Amino acid sequence: MVALIGILALQGDFARHRSKFDELGVATRNVRYPADLDGLSALVIPGGESTVLSKQLDAAGLRAALEDFARTRPVMGTCAGLIMMARDAGDSKVSPLGLMDMTVRRNGWGRQVHSFETHIEGRLNGAPTSLPAIFIRAPRIVEYGPAVNILAEHEGEPVLVSEGRHLAMVFHPELTPDIQVHEYFLKSLAA
Amino acid sequence: MSAETGSFQVKIGLAEMLKGGVIMDVTTVEQSRIAEDAGAVAVMALERIPADIRQDGGVARMSNPEMIKSIQAAVSIPVMAKCRIGHFVEAQILEALEVDFIDESEVLTPADDANHIYKRNFKVPFVCGCRNLGEALRRIGEGAAMIRTKGEAGSGNIVEAVRHMRTVTSEIRQLTVMPPEQLMAEAKRLGAPYALVEQVAKTGKLPVPNFSAGGIATPADAALMMQLGAETVFVGSGIFKSDDPAERAKAIVGAATYYDDAAKLAELSVGLKSAMAGLEMSEIPAGERLQERGW
Repeated sequence: MVALIGILALQGDFARHRSKFDELGVATRNVRYPADLDGLSALVIPGGESTVLSKQLDAAGLRAALEDFARTRPVMGTCAGLIMMARDAGDSKVSPLGLMDMTVRRNGWGRQVHSFETHIEGRLNGAPTSLPAIFIRAPRIVEYGPAVNILAEHEGEPVLVSEGRHLAMVFHPELTPDIQVHEYFLKSLAA
Repeated sequence: MSAETGSFQVKIGLAEMLKGGVIMDVTTVEQSRIAEDAGAVAVMALERIPADIRQDGGVARMSNPEMIKSIQAAVSIPVMAKCRIGHFVEAQILEALEVDFIDESEVLTPADDANHIYKRNFKVPFVCGCRNLGEALRRIGEGAAMIRTKGEAGSGNIVEAVRHMRTVTSEIRQLTVMPPEQLMAEAKRLGAPYALVEQVAKTGKLPVPNFSAGGIATPADAALMMQLGAETVFVGSGIFKSDDPAERAKAIVGAATYYDDAAKLAELSVGLKSAMAGLEMSEIPAGERLQERGW
């Protein structure tokens, strides 16, 4: 089956994710209505503001549809997307989807003046991998369950994690020229 | 590996995260909470909204730091604040307060009638207004990480925002079909850095996100600017000068997401009370047009 990747397009940098999949020759579709989920192989929840994503999911009637989708198909989230995938967002202003067993703290590294770019070391497909990573008012993963795999760390903290078919990261691979994370996500679909 | 803060990529990164959203002007803690609850992607903390600045007259300056701090404490979304054109010390103070974005804004009284701030010296990203491509590229040359078309702030009239967005997009389009030997003359005509002109000619878009401001009062206004190419909208006086700020704010947030879906826009516009009254452009004397500030 040819992959068709949905990108949640309620708010945020969804266009940057689309460009990544364009580069990899994979078809994408913006998702703003429940019917947009039909026939997708996987879904990406982009970066943006998690308070806005949380409200817009409800306004769009997408919450239940997404929860259902995630039971059988992979979801990848970056930054606000990771917050939405967590079990607990640590904030009453955000109602996450609970796709991964972790608790996060919004803006865990501080305000924008503390946002940063760096290289992180991790393991993808069993091989050591170096990734350029941009952290924008990024969340921190403060607690996680035994089913969560740490794929990369920054200063000893998990920043790229997976659980079952789902993948999430606190940084933004879509803002860098690097395509390893998107490639890795596609590979996991084929497996 | 060491981490680098304040790089251009990191600055643009935040602008990318604000796309498809609505940035709302707020003057009190209560308004900032209404904005966040309605789904604002960020708030602009200022002492007076543009419509009141226009009415009150006098010199408009950076907001009181105490007021900015109280809004930072009240909301979890990014907090922006304005400094006067060229007033780099106001900008230094805003950076020390850790606001998330600085708007070097024509809405405040300019502090320098020839120069804008050299924005590369700051770790905080800047947004600046423009009326045309030359102005946009001059600001990006100085280090702005986001551009917003100016419109006419506090007017409640969308006509200037439309004019500025159409001007920028048509000037970009012209560059993309120009033979390379004409680009230098065009850079001279636009008053824009040559390297940026070359880049825009190649990519067909601004090197930073392009948002829209000045005169947006309804969900339809927001959607109009998005269909014309804005990636996010700023709403200033349009929300808190209306009769129904919370409902209107929510409807405009929806309009930013479903800007190309007329049925949805109709649904979002139902039940709203009166929008702000607004001003015909001819009612604003030439010397009082805020958009003419900036060089």
